Amino acid sequence: MIRALRRRPVLMIGAFTTTLLTAVALLSLFWTPFPPTKIQILQRLKPPLEQGLLGTDQFGRDVASMLMAGAWNSLSIAFAAVLIGATVGTAIGLVVSVRRGWLEMLVMRACDVIFAVPPILSAMVLGAFIGAGRFTAIIAIATFMVPVFARLTLAAALQIWTRAYVHAAIGMGRSPLKITVVHVLPNIANQIVVQVTIQLGLAILTEAGLSYLGLGLAPPAPTWGRMLADAQTFFGQAPWLALLPGMAIALAVTGFSLLGDGLRDMLDPRSR
Amino acid sequence: MTTTALSVRDMLVVYEDFAALNRVSLDVQHQESFGIVGESGSGKSTLLRAISGLSAFQEGSLTVDSRNFNGRKRDREFYRTVQMVFQDPYGSLHPRQTVDRLLLEPLAIHGFDNVDARIARALDEVGLGSGFRFRYSHQLSGGQRQRIAIARALIVEPKILLLDEPTSALDASIQAEILNLLEQARRDRSLTFVMVSHDLGVISHMCERLAVMKSGEIVEILPADALEKRQFSADYTRQLLVASEGFRRD
Repeated sequence: MIRALRRRPVLMIGAFTTTLLTAVALLSLFWTPFPPTKIQILQRLKPPLEQGLLGTDQFGRDVASMLMAGAWNSLSIAFAAVLIGATVGTAIGLVVSVRRGWLEMLVMRACDVIFAVPPILSAMVLGAFIGAGRFTAIIAIATFMVPVFARLTLAAALQIWTRAYVHAAIGMGRSPLKITVVHVLPNIANQIVVQVTIQLGLAILTEAGLSYLGLGLAPPAPTWGRMLADAQTFFGQAPWLALLPGMAIALAVTGFSLLGDGLRDMLDPRSR
Repeated sequence: MTTTALSVRDMLVVYEDFAALNRVSLDVQHQESFGIVGESGSGKSTLLRAISGLSAFQEGSLTVDSRNFNGRKRDREFYRTVQMVFQDPYGSLHPRQTVDRLLLEPLAIHGFDNVDARIARALDEVGLGSGFRFRYSHQLSGGQRQRIAIARALIVEPKILLLDEPTSALDASIQAEILNLLEQARRDRSLTFVMVSHDLGVISHMCERLAVMKSGEIVEILPADALEKRQFSADYTRQLLVASEGFRRD
């Protein structure tokens, strides 16, 4: 354990942080110190350790419990969004790498268009149509994940398609679909896994941004973003209300970034 | 009586506005070993890739076993008949597959039965024992890899083998072994070879006839022994021959 930490500190710290966060998020489904939405107006704005582990907010809700439940809301939305984005994006990238031609032009320009629109903006538009909530947040974040994975997959797959072992497979009479599944996908899987991890951090950040603007989960479900937004009013009296969710967001984003970087170093030492 | 195994007529390959192959024609007879030589960029590999369907040709015709093909489309039957061995033995084997899986793939595609015996026999034929069967390609040397690549090509029992500089990535002693292996396989299986190389020595050793290519065109086609007797008409062939004899200190 210590040796592994010394050899790959980035990877180990990233893995530890993200595992811890995921464990806390899962735990919150079964147990939190207090019910995260329970209001105790007499205990409002208590500093950490005076009431509960991390104090209470303006309604007397337990901050530690809210952070735990927020971790679940944040991570579940991020995981779902990245899963959808990675699957759709990778599929698009693989198809385009086979067909190329005008389809490649079309898809790449479409990616540019999606990149040009900030995810917060598309979430606002989407929210206006179908209402704010978990589904809106997932779709909005997934939408801007798709072009990331489509581009990555296309670039990586095109490289594989020039390899002699793919030519050999063509020379055996393999269909493009089979070549994609047997030869291309296994050889670009590393890169996709690394990107998934890095995008998870970005997705958490975006989700926090959305719920900060009130475009995420509806109240009273606790989210890190809204905790941050609510804390602004009380920053003079209760700075921990802003600092704690802020630290949670920073920890999650850093954790996934480090994990992604560490995985990349481990799986593909050349791309450093 | 010899018959034509492979016939190329006025083949044209154009990239943007560059003619990589400018109306090339040649005929290869059954069981013949035909060489193509030329400097880098002369179009010899392009010709081989266009025949195998790895890249498209825009005009002209290709006839293999009295069946016509055009563009890039080749059917499964074509790939049963024609197999290719590539220049780079390090790139031509899937990095995450064992030798067993590598050799199984072509058998599965073409629906062969008795795969175990066939794989064992194929390894035997290229001089590698069954001990190599469950190794990964990175556990093999360059020469061993090229033997696997040859086994993979031969395992579907093709009639024509396209060889794209099969030994240029290997050092001299391994080169000779691989060339002997190919020669043996050709005799045993009555194969037709089309072999591309920039090495005149390799071509004149392996082939009965050869085409000299330059700037996407065939300069001349001549029997291999004409090289030794210096019976060629094109000035370029002479230059190539002089170049291949290497630098001489006079």
